[in-house]
Amino acid sequence: MSDKNTQAPLLDIRDLSIRFNTDSGVVHAVNHLNLSLQKGKALGFVGETGAGKTTTALAILHLIQSPPGEITSGEILFEGQDILRMTEAERRDIRGNKIAMIFQDPMTSLNPIMTVEDQIMEVVSLHTDAKGEELRNRAHEMLQMVGIRPERGKEFPDQFSGGMRQRVGIAIALACRPTLLIADEPTTALDVTIQAQVIDLIKHLQKMVETSLLLITHDLGIVAEICDEVAIMYAGRVVEYSDLRQLYTKPMHPYTQGLFNAVPRLDSEPGGRLAVIQGLTPDPTDLPEGCSFSPRCPYVQDICRQEALGLKEYEPGHFVDCHFPLGMNGGLGA
Amino acid sequence: MAIKSNSLWKLAFIRLRRNYLAILGFIVLFILVFVAIFADQISPYGYEQQDYMMIRQGPSAKHLLGTDEFGRDVLSRLIYGSRISLQVGLVAVAISLFAGGAIGAIAGYFGGRIDNILMRIMDIQLAIPTILLAIVISAALGPGLFNLMVAVGITSIPRFARLMRASVLSIKGMEFIEAARAMGASHTRIILIYILPNCMAPLIVQSTLSVANAILFAATLSFLGLGVQPPFPEWGGMLSAARPYLRTNAYLSIFPGLAIMITILALNFLGDGLRDALDPKQKR
Repeated sequence: MSDKNTQAPLLDIRDLSIRFNTDSGVVHAVNHLNLSLQKGKALGFVGETGAGKTTTALAILHLIQSPPGEITSGEILFEGQDILRMTEAERRDIRGNKIAMIFQDPMTSLNPIMTVEDQIMEVVSLHTDAKGEELRNRAHEMLQMVGIRPERGKEFPDQFSGGMRQRVGIAIALACRPTLLIADEPTTALDVTIQAQVIDLIKHLQKMVETSLLLITHDLGIVAEICDEVAIMYAGRVVEYSDLRQLYTKPMHPYTQGLFNAVPRLDSEPGGRLAVIQGLTPDPTDLPEGCSFSPRCPYVQDICRQEALGLKEYEPGHFVDCHFPLGMNGGLGA
Repeated sequence: MAIKSNSLWKLAFIRLRRNYLAILGFIVLFILVFVAIFADQISPYGYEQQDYMMIRQGPSAKHLLGTDEFGRDVLSRLIYGSRISLQVGLVAVAISLFAGGAIGAIAGYFGGRIDNILMRIMDIQLAIPTILLAIVISAALGPGLFNLMVAVGITSIPRFARLMRASVLSIKGMEFIEAARAMGASHTRIILIYILPNCMAPLIVQSTLSVANAILFAATLSFLGLGVQPPFPEWGGMLSAARPYLRTNAYLSIFPGLAIMITILALNFLGDGLRDALDPKQKR
């Protein structure tokens, strides 16, 4: 995807497919997904619930429960090495060290019986030779960095509020200065004012630690705030991928356009209705033939129902998985 | 690691101190342990020292709790009996805690077929009435202190296994375990540092309560003549021996009965107190 770039991407996911074998059938969670992320960039990963965002993130760390999960094809190149082909020991070396993750719910993602500084020390001690006081100093430094007084390090997670816990989660994730930080809906469980603080913190620290960021969210506003690039995911595929400005000013996939129309704006008519995308996301055990968005697409043509296209570069750096992208010659609609 | 758990235990201790019943239980147990250790120094007579001039005499200044049918001092026998009861309680629970805990942890963490096989074996054992099972095991092994402990220990393995499995399952599904894996922790490390300490509270409570149960069980088996053999004083055995004199010399059965009751009550108070103190979600 990034052949034109001179630098090899930090993360390059090629043709990744993941399915879950459940009692009610095979769930095709991720289907032939392609994605790449450059060093130091922030990529927003947007999609509805169940689009496969978290599954993809967990696959990067190779943390998919197996069984029932199964990676059926593809490769995940991280710094040029395929994570799927590494030994478990090599992967453990990377987890928390080079690739770190911030979890969705700070109320459950911290160990309730360990003090917060011990939890930060834990990840540092797993990946460095630091010991004793050095570890503790490191933990205090990290707490300071996320805006928590180091004296509070001796407290347990249940003595912190949700926003504070998420800061601790961020401190743990960044403690080993990872080259890739995955944030899985880091603000979904927080209230709006705290959301803004946490987003600012992530944005600030990402620049400071010089890590790449993969931000999973369904909030287009947050993406606009911190990301350089955006990938829109639908039914286990990336349907549109480009840099932030291009995608926000000129969405080319009908699904992306639908998403933007569904966001309330300051100038929306009070009491007016938001435009919704008709229908529901397809059942992942029974995906439609052809383009998976075709049953809901307002511009659907016969070919869409028969043939899936895959990502295609319609404009430089703007990839769309659509036969008839919006605003193009031969395209339909707006 | 030692520093890590310190603060948790310290907090639990602070919480425990506020619970007067638990402290009472703790003090009683402390006295019992003290008595058991220094039985030789404390007891006024030997446990098999007989005095045929003093057969079945009620409590007096010379024999504080009276004498039994062989003229032995009941107080001394109770004091020596505490050794056996405590020993049986602790060793039997240790056996079931380690065996049951290991089975439960393995079944819960790995799941699938291993889980199925192990837990069905436990279910089969649970289907047999525990008292019958204990009788069968001690009858097969023969009487004696050690065999008694093994018999009592084996009977409560399934309870520990089920408890452990349930705790491991509930902890395993929590997000912080996934977070620990995302941190790069290995399976062994996750089981030892993340899962086990989080399962400690129910296990400790269950253990304390099980010690009481084991003592009761040992007394039952001795009462039936399967446990510790005379002349060694076992509280249950003493009760059994006192049966014929229930109407004429009630104190012979009352004092061993009281000893059993006080010990078990103390253990239960402490167990309940520990349960409240060790729950990390209960603040302050």
